[in-house]
Amino acid sequence: MQPFIDQLIQEGYFSALPRDLAYAGFIVLVAFAVLSFFVAPLAGITSWLERRVWGRMQSRVGPNRVGPQGILQWLADGIKNLLKEDIIPTAADKWLFALAPYIVFVGFLAAFVVIPFGGKLIVADLNIGILYLLAVTSLVVVGILMAGWSSNNKWSLLGGMRSAAQIISYEIPAGLAVLTIVLVAGTMSMQGIIQAQGWAPWDWLLFYNPFTFIAFFLYFTAALAEGNRTPFDIPEAESELVAGYVTEYSGMRFLFFFFAEWGNLYVIGAVAATLFLGGWQIPPIPALADYPVVKGILQFIVFFLKAYLWVFVAMWVRGTLPRVRVDQLMSLCWKYMVPLSFLCLLGTAAWMVLWPQGNRVASVAMFLLGSAIAVLFFKRVNYQIRHARPVLYLKPYI
Amino acid sequence: MLMSANIPAESEVFHTEDMIISMGPQHPSTHGVLRFIVRTDGEVMREAIPDVGYLHRSIEKIGEKVTWHGFVPYTDRADYLAAMFANQGFCMAAERLGGIEVTRRGEFCRVIACELNRIASHLIAVGTFGQDIGAVTPFLHALRERETINDLMEEICGARLTYNYIRIGGVGYDITSETCDRITAFLDHFEPIVDEYNRLISYNKIFVERLVHVAPITKEDAFQYNIVGPNLRACGVKWDIRRDIPYSVYPELDFDIPVGTGEKGALGDCYDRYMMRIREMEESCKIVRQCLKMLPPGPAISKVARKFKPPAGEAYVRVESSRGDMGFYVVSDGSEYPYRVRIRTGSFTAMSLVSKLSQGLMVADLIALIASLDVDAPEIDR
Amino acid sequence: MEAQEIYRRLEQRFPGKVNGLRADVFDPDLHVEPQAIVEACRFLRDEPDLKFEVLSDLTGLDLPKENRLQVVYHLYSYTHRHQIVLKVDLPREEPQVSTMEEVWKAANWMEREVFDLFGVIFEGHSDLRRIMLPEDWVGHPLRKDYVEQEEYDGISTQRAPLVEKLLR
Repeated sequence: MQPFIDQLIQEGYFSALPRDLAYAGFIVLVAFAVLSFFVAPLAGITSWLERRVWGRMQSRVGPNRVGPQGILQWLADGIKNLLKEDIIPTAADKWLFALAPYIVFVGFLAAFVVIPFGGKLIVADLNIGILYLLAVTSLVVVGILMAGWSSNNKWSLLGGMRSAAQIISYEIPAGLAVLTIVLVAGTMSMQGIIQAQGWAPWDWLLFYNPFTFIAFFLYFTAALAEGNRTPFDIPEAESELVAGYVTEYSGMRFLFFFFAEWGNLYVIGAVAATLFLGGWQIPPIPALADYPVVKGILQFIVFFLKAYLWVFVAMWVRGTLPRVRVDQLMSLCWKYMVPLSFLCLLGTAAWMVLWPQGNRVASVAMFLLGSAIAVLFFKRVNYQIRHARPVLYLKPYI
Repeated sequence: MLMSANIPAESEVFHTEDMIISMGPQHPSTHGVLRFIVRTDGEVMREAIPDVGYLHRSIEKIGEKVTWHGFVPYTDRADYLAAMFANQGFCMAAERLGGIEVTRRGEFCRVIACELNRIASHLIAVGTFGQDIGAVTPFLHALRERETINDLMEEICGARLTYNYIRIGGVGYDITSETCDRITAFLDHFEPIVDEYNRLISYNKIFVERLVHVAPITKEDAFQYNIVGPNLRACGVKWDIRRDIPYSVYPELDFDIPVGTGEKGALGDCYDRYMMRIREMEESCKIVRQCLKMLPPGPAISKVARKFKPPAGEAYVRVESSRGDMGFYVVSDGSEYPYRVRIRTGSFTAMSLVSKLSQGLMVADLIALIASLDVDAPEIDR
Repeated sequence: MEAQEIYRRLEQRFPGKVNGLRADVFDPDLHVEPQAIVEACRFLRDEPDLKFEVLSDLTGLDLPKENRLQVVYHLYSYTHRHQIVLKVDLPREEPQVSTMEEVWKAANWMEREVFDLFGVIFEGHSDLRRIMLPEDWVGHPLRKDYVEQEEYDGISTQRAPLVEKLLR
């Protein structure tokens, strides 16, 4: 980004402004563009996709009326919610009540600054990239606690407290899994981590050694818990706490929480793709060396698909698994995931002492193992699909 | 030094109180309009006191104002998810008082309709159970099957939920042979579905972990509190009205009574009660198949006077409904209006046990407990 | 066990307190004096030959023509598969009887319902309050001479004025 702006200033634009202000202004402009033209439709399309995927899993259709295949449903929902009455309970704490959704929103939105969409497509390649992301996504805890407290409702309070406990606890396995990767890549910058991997699957950090393989699953589970997704969606468990911490919210404020949740899904997928799956790396095709734009677009598509795969998996998991109880959730985190993530960290450190340049044989072996697991898994899925009974249509008598 | 400082005891510094929450009449997962006043200490409950009566429609008082035939639709509403059984109970009581013999075809039609209704009721029970625990997909799969049963019921008697099918003396409408073919097609389709349902949710580790060792009911408690139906069988007591105080044509049919064995946890815990309902669905399929084969020709209803006036007397009839033993205590004084109709339902006594079982559970377990007891607000309040 | 036999055993144990066996109906029933009902039920529950483990039903029956209110207890035994109905006659003005809660806990809620709908006071009950109707309801609906109150919480309960209001 910086060389690009230097080039523009050399060519005469913005020459009256002080250089730092030009940088700052440009970054704000790009951030705004990313927000309105990428993040908002992204969260909306994710919500549509979730409802369709969920519906098909439950043997029903999902929204399919508004726009082709219902793709504009999120727009209709957004407009409807904007037009709703803004209800704040009389006994609620007005300022906190109004502020809470925005803090949650900021918590997830600020993460988009460091997501690497392509080789040069990143808003700001901070040299503490992943640390910044982990820190900023913890901001949602504050927002959720504010929402739970300020609603002046015991159910919301319970939901808010549960959520705070959950998110804070699951930061630790997530952070340790990320630390494992940072150890291998040697840098915290997102582009740096991607450049430490290659385009081929056996060059991905996922298959680097068995410990990073385990770290991936730890990261994914912990990220689901941080995003309040099933099986860890206790804070908004509909059947227990009505709607947990969002009980008293209605209209656009309510939608902001869910906007943040769906957008957060994408952040989870993007981070998983960056850290473990090689990010935007594409095979080096000599013909593309002259067309950087095409290359950029190809990298963007590859990254998007890798991230969206995990979004789809999160939706799949939501449709299948029941909810974990709060004490089981806590014991899972503290008694199982935290020791396991420490083990991964120490194992990776030992591995790096033994093989400082990495062990190609081990990587390829892990890749074959991973593919074997994936093949078995899909065979099982195929079995279930083949043995699923179709809907019975008895010719109606009436 | 710190040791000599006067540090007050923790209980004097942190004054804690129990939180009293009302799990109010409007709540997505109490089964019907029920209210619980929950006293909790954080997540762990001290007690959950049920507060019923939000759906009280005074059906028993109405029974004294309408005629014998006219009360049958009211019994549907006593438990709308298992309406056939209520119909049957009242009609059996009236027939016992009036000395009326039901035709053989009528008895078989009654059993077919009742067992199909049992399958439908259990589908709702296990579906909403899954939904309360958090898995929303099984609920919709169960409802998809129940839609076919509702369509079959509509073919048989014209209504999908409150049937008014079983009348005094027999059944209201005959079952045609096309309907029998469709019922057979449904059963062929449904029996593997129970397997699929089990593969989806029943043995899922998270589901099992949520339910085992939660609120086991001992046999002594079950007898003291008069718990009936699948809840009683889950405690290990092999008691089923269809087998032990037989009525209608059940003595001629061959079916098993599934009993809880504590397979994955304590005997009589929530998981056992859940699996009872799954097994009972399979047994009901067997019963319906036998009945369809044995269906004799003949009239579906015997002649009963328009103004039905049974001689004075009392009768207590028990019917094995999907929620347990439904008892009908009917008193007649010789006129064409009943003198007293009393419906005793399994959910009423099950609710009285919730207050004792809920001590020490977590709020999430309370939901699992209510769902596993399969209480139904219209049954409790009538 | 036959109803005659049960009656004989009860008469042996509580002489003079039981009477009025009707053995030739579908559900044989007998009458017990109100003072002795709790002890009789405890005996019926604990005696090995009789072993009535469950209280199937506890309800009331209003007989204004004979000027009494009956509380009816249906007992059932899972071991011996027999059933008996006990009836207790109470005066209609001030019906009172001891609670059956210590013998069977199921009686707790059932007695609350009988209190709510018939007005029978159960002495010694741990928590005797209305269960189906709201706490501030007046009257006991299942009695034959019950007249509904004119208004509840400001809403008229009489149908005719509502119909007139709609037609106007």
